[in-house]
Amino acid sequence: MKPKVAVFDFTCCEGCELQILNCEEELADLLSALDFVEFREAMTEKADYYDIAFIDGACSRKSEMARLKDIRKRARMVIPIGACACMGGVNCLKNYYPMDEVLRSEYGEKAEYYETIPARHVSAVIPVDFFIPGCPIVKKDFIRVVQEILAGRIPYQYNDPVCAECKVAGNVCVFEKGMTCLGPITRGGCEATCITGGAVCWGCRGFIDKPNIIAEKLILEQAGLSVEEISKRFNLFNACKDRI
Amino acid sequence: MKVKIKTQGNQITRVEGHGSLVLRFSGGKPSVVRWDITESPRFFEFMLKGRPWHDAHVLASRICGICSVSHQFASLAATEEAFGIHVSEQSILLRKLLYAGEIIESHMLHVYMLAIPDFFDAGSVFPLMETAKDVVMTGLRLKKLGNDIKELIGGRAIHPQTPMVGGFGRLPGKQTLLSLKNLLNEAIPDLLTTVELFRGLSISQFRRDTEYISLTHPDEYALIRGLLYSTETGSAKLDEYADIAIEYIVPHSTAKFARHVRESYAVGALSRININRKKLNPMAVQTADELGIGTICSNPFVNTMAQIVETVHEVEEAQDIVKKLLENGIAEEKLTVEPRAGRGIGAVEAPRGLLIHDYIYDSNGRIVSANCVIPTNQNHANIQYDLEELVRINSDKNEDDLRKLCEMLIRSYDPCISCSTH
Repeated sequence: MKPKVAVFDFTCCEGCELQILNCEEELADLLSALDFVEFREAMTEKADYYDIAFIDGACSRKSEMARLKDIRKRARMVIPIGACACMGGVNCLKNYYPMDEVLRSEYGEKAEYYETIPARHVSAVIPVDFFIPGCPIVKKDFIRVVQEILAGRIPYQYNDPVCAECKVAGNVCVFEKGMTCLGPITRGGCEATCITGGAVCWGCRGFIDKPNIIAEKLILEQAGLSVEEISKRFNLFNACKDRI
Repeated sequence: MKVKIKTQGNQITRVEGHGSLVLRFSGGKPSVVRWDITESPRFFEFMLKGRPWHDAHVLASRICGICSVSHQFASLAATEEAFGIHVSEQSILLRKLLYAGEIIESHMLHVYMLAIPDFFDAGSVFPLMETAKDVVMTGLRLKKLGNDIKELIGGRAIHPQTPMVGGFGRLPGKQTLLSLKNLLNEAIPDLLTTVELFRGLSISQFRRDTEYISLTHPDEYALIRGLLYSTETGSAKLDEYADIAIEYIVPHSTAKFARHVRESYAVGALSRININRKKLNPMAVQTADELGIGTICSNPFVNTMAQIVETVHEVEEAQDIVKKLLENGIAEEKLTVEPRAGRGIGAVEAPRGLLIHDYIYDSNGRIVSANCVIPTNQNHANIQYDLEELVRINSDKNEDDLRKLCEMLIRSYDPCISCSTH
């Protein structure tokens, strides 16, 4: 029997679940291997039990914590997808400030109608079985993880830095071009696509298991960044790490 | 398997983000209809504050997974205006090309994956892979064309990396343009099939007179630049946007609602065609005629058809741009940015309508304050008034049928709710 698969969205841009729908060429094969039973963005049906629940987005309301716990009870495997679900992502930039100040900035005197809590990643609320990082996730990576699960294996998690893949891609180091980058400490698996695209690594896949943060800060300092600029470089996607 | 949708609190499916249709009955007649936005707010304007200029479009992109290019372009335009940066003709062409990718992908996602199950009485596109495979494959090929353009020009389909303040971090080579040329030519039969298919589908004949707003431009079908235009008050400069998109807070929505001179107005593909129909490319005009979209169309259900017209327009547009770029050749450009204190307003037509980013920078190139006006925010009130009218004239329908009709109406706006609750 095909495994029952659900996709849920929380606080996010829903780009990572769209990456699943972006598998235009692979969709027929995916559907022959997986039984999608709940996927609000793409389907009307709902279900009570899931073999794999993919979670897109961070948790930033109390009701979302309850919803996550409910999904955990009904799912055999829970897999966060994307920077928001895996690390909290950009949502955590607000965590540096009191929540009532954040609410007032948007809703003014009507702030009391609304609720928000410091954003957190899925594994801060419930145990997870694996994670697929990236902002957005890489399509190929999603398909590979599905294949490995179907084959009964624990999927491989990349733990080499983006730098390693950047060399393979044949890119000129961005530090040589007078820019700065988080490639030396960021988890690879993206084929250094941002640097190949003429940009820099912003750390959207989170850091490798034992990142040399001190050395990274040193090279950013040598490149002329102030303490504040270094902190902003680090926290765009990774603010949660040091706050929760 | 078909699951009955509960009357209250359930989120509408096959749209981007979380909204619920509240439909209550008393004495067998509908008594309450309300469009609630339950999406979790993310506070992007707050998060943009203090960020350096080079991160602004990177962060702004994350407002939306479907229209990330639109947010990047509005953000870049705001920063470029604030710093007084001139963008080259070549970069404008490349931005238009990348934008074609976004419009095509976003529209085809809506038409073929989110909206079409309603016409085939299915819960999603997935079972149609078996029962109407040709239809789905046509849609998937066109959707992929949009993603291919974004990958080849932008670096990837969602949150592309090549667009930068002033231009592009990486330029496409001749081979890339040649392969794009082929992909675009190959798409024409699928476009014709799409027009043929949708010409045969029957949609609601509902109509409600409203105000339409979009960008407008004297020389082109305005998508990435132009002035503001309202069907009620005519054209206006970009810095007058706050008097046009008058946002207000309602307690049942985490997203703001908006109005202008009437109680509500609409933005999006239908608005743009209503305002800029004369600027459409030839095959797109023909498509509009075939799909029965006249000069001013006030049926919101037609928005899905309008998206097909724009897809045709953008394929033609992309063909022209690729031809021009191949003739002119691509020249390397050096991007220099000198931050300065000032304000910049960037406006684009995102797939779902008018999008504005308004930034104030300090002299170090850090954002002091940011304001983003999102397309779907501007549609929320119009959706509400449409729903009230739709329920009023269909009050004899049973609950299930009425609910389905209301959901189709909401879906026809292709709402992007995460975006609207940025």
